[in-house]
Amino acid sequence: MSEASPADRAGTFGALETHLRARRDSGAKLLVPYVTGGYQGWQRAVEAAAAAGADAIEIGVPFSDPVMDGPVIQQASTAALADGATPASVLEEARELDTGVPHAVMTYYNLCHHQGHERFASALLDAGVCAAILPDLPYVEAGPWLEAAAETGLEAILLAAPTTPEHRLADLCGASRGFVYAVGLLGVTGERTALARTATQIAARCLAVTDRPVLTGVGIGSPSQAVEACEVSDGVIIGSAVVRTLMSDGPEAVGELVASYRTALDHG
Amino acid sequence: MAAATDGPTPCHRSVMGEPTTDGRFGEFGGRFVPETLVAACEELEAAFREAWADPAFVAEFETMLRDYGGRPSPLTECRNLSSQLGVRLLVKREDLNHTGSHKINNVIGQALLAQRMGKTRLVAETGAGQHGVATATAAALLGMECKVYMGAVDVDRQALNVFRMRLLGSEVESVQSGSRTLKDAVNEALRDWVATVENTHYCLGSVMGPHPYPWMVRTFHHILGDEAAAQCKDLTGGDPDMVVACVGGGSNAAGIFSGFADGDARLVGVEPAGGAAVGRGVPGVVHGMTSYLMQDEVGQVMEAESISAGLDYPGVGPEHAYLAAIGRAEYPSVTDDEVVEAFTLMSRAEGIIPALECAHALAWIVRAAPEIQGQTVLMNLSGRGDKDVDQMMDVLGMHGLSE
Ligand SMILES: Cc1ncc(COP(=O)(O)O)c(C=O)c1O
Repeated sequence: MSEASPADRAGTFGALETHLRARRDSGAKLLVPYVTGGYQGWQRAVEAAAAAGADAIEIGVPFSDPVMDGPVIQQASTAALADGATPASVLEEARELDTGVPHAVMTYYNLCHHQGHERFASALLDAGVCAAILPDLPYVEAGPWLEAAAETGLEAILLAAPTTPEHRLADLCGASRGFVYAVGLLGVTGERTALARTATQIAARCLAVTDRPVLTGVGIGSPSQAVEACEVSDGVIIGSAVVRTLMSDGPEAVGELVASYRTALDHG
Repeated sequence: MAAATDGPTPCHRSVMGEPTTDGRFGEFGGRFVPETLVAACEELEAAFREAWADPAFVAEFETMLRDYGGRPSPLTECRNLSSQLGVRLLVKREDLNHTGSHKINNVIGQALLAQRMGKTRLVAETGAGQHGVATATAAALLGMECKVYMGAVDVDRQALNVFRMRLLGSEVESVQSGSRTLKDAVNEALRDWVATVENTHYCLGSVMGPHPYPWMVRTFHHILGDEAAAQCKDLTGGDPDMVVACVGGGSNAAGIFSGFADGDARLVGVEPAGGAAVGRGVPGVVHGMTSYLMQDEVGQVMEAESISAGLDYPGVGPEHAYLAAIGRAEYPSVTDDEVVEAFTLMSRAEGIIPALECAHALAWIVRAAPEIQGQTVLMNLSGRGDKDVDQMMDVLGMHGLSE
């Protein structure tokens, strides 16, 4: 790296990971809610989630072909796009947020590819976002993106799946920045009636090869499932449950939902 | 046939050869799938390499295509159209295969491979329904469970094929998301596969998707290009001046191009005007691959719009993007109106009702005819038009062409 990247200059590179490590090391279980950006009331939902004890927020930038998402998040993305949401409009609105916790963007790779890796990473940083998750860009294809993100100063989070072979897992966890996203089951986002056995297995496999925070996501649909996942994992990502609540009961209800997870994780 | 006697030789071709180890044709291709599916793609690639190197597997594949699929398909010289257009028009009759299109080649290959891998269930996407019908057929034959995803728009315009699939014992799910056409059916099939990868094989219907699909699907279609090359040689003493095929994902075009890519014949892939991924020439990444992709100014994938459900796709197989980029093949587009005219022209002049997809190829030949007078033109007649008759009753009424 020849000159300091924007995030280095601001002293923020690694803000997400630093924050999550500190929280973990203090004994807390990490809670990261996902909210679809651009959906009506999404900013208030993010603020309510943060006020209710979220450790970081994942902001979805809606994409036309969300292949890792189940019906709930698909519906929210489609509605947001129909309302005119664009990557720029969501980031503009994200910039206005003041939550006191780090923000990560979750979206699909074509939006990043189309804009160009560096420009995409810079646009996120400009909006106060410190990390990105691109679920259709697997580790084996992520090299150029990881490099560009690191040079720009954005934390690129990678996903580890129950099917990730052992020979790749340590490298994958080593290359991921911010945290390691352990995909809890074979499937797309959405709540399930019970926690899949794969959820604790993959978290344990990741924790055996990395000291980065490992968060379990996909398929966590209740506070008790979150507690169960956190018997192994450092924390959880809750997506569909949050988005379903936002769509049916509005942003304030998201605060109550996140609070119920927070309470369960702190006392469960 | 060359393929039947010499055995398959997927690696010797220089222009349409094997992709790089990371699945690239030039800068296109790759494996852009959720992490969950990466291992499945690797496993599939290993299984395909191993099977294709096993003469017993290849013999089973070719025997089944012959005794069940009806190969080799004939080459027909279209005398009436030839004299009308001033060219020598030869058509490869993939419409005469079992299930009515070229799709059966790939499906038999993948279904046999899936069985060899111990998978018990197939999922597939379909646009026009031809790939879905072919997959449902193979599943019935081999005793596998099968689920086909089809966009709701296509379910409406290809009702006959929906019924066929159900008759064959497959489940058909009408996909309501996005543009409710082929691209959304692919998304839904991928979502299914992410959840069922342990017992399920995704039987992808074109030369698209993550590595090894573009290469594997093209390899299963080599047989049609090899047959056509031998048949042309028998009939005319050599290669044609040009080879023309329609391009949705690009499987029928890849199959026939593969028989001629290392010769001098001009290769023409015809896209629909409303789905001209190569024509627009903007690279993108969706459905597991880097290729040309119709997208808006920020990178949202656009909805293709074509009269033909099988070509209603905003992307294209990565090898076609490569062939276009290196200048070996060209990819013009034709309008729905030109296609409708070609559809009726072929029906009346030759007594062959073509699928709307390959009517695109003929539409381009009709348009180009004044510039290619006297040339020998090989066209891939990728499927029969029976599935389109219902839709065309409305369309031709609208165009005032029904008499
Ligand atoms: C008869 C026929 N031709 C062509 C196609 C387009 O597919 P491809 O471009 O892969 O050949 C289809 C797809 O449904 C088809 O049914």
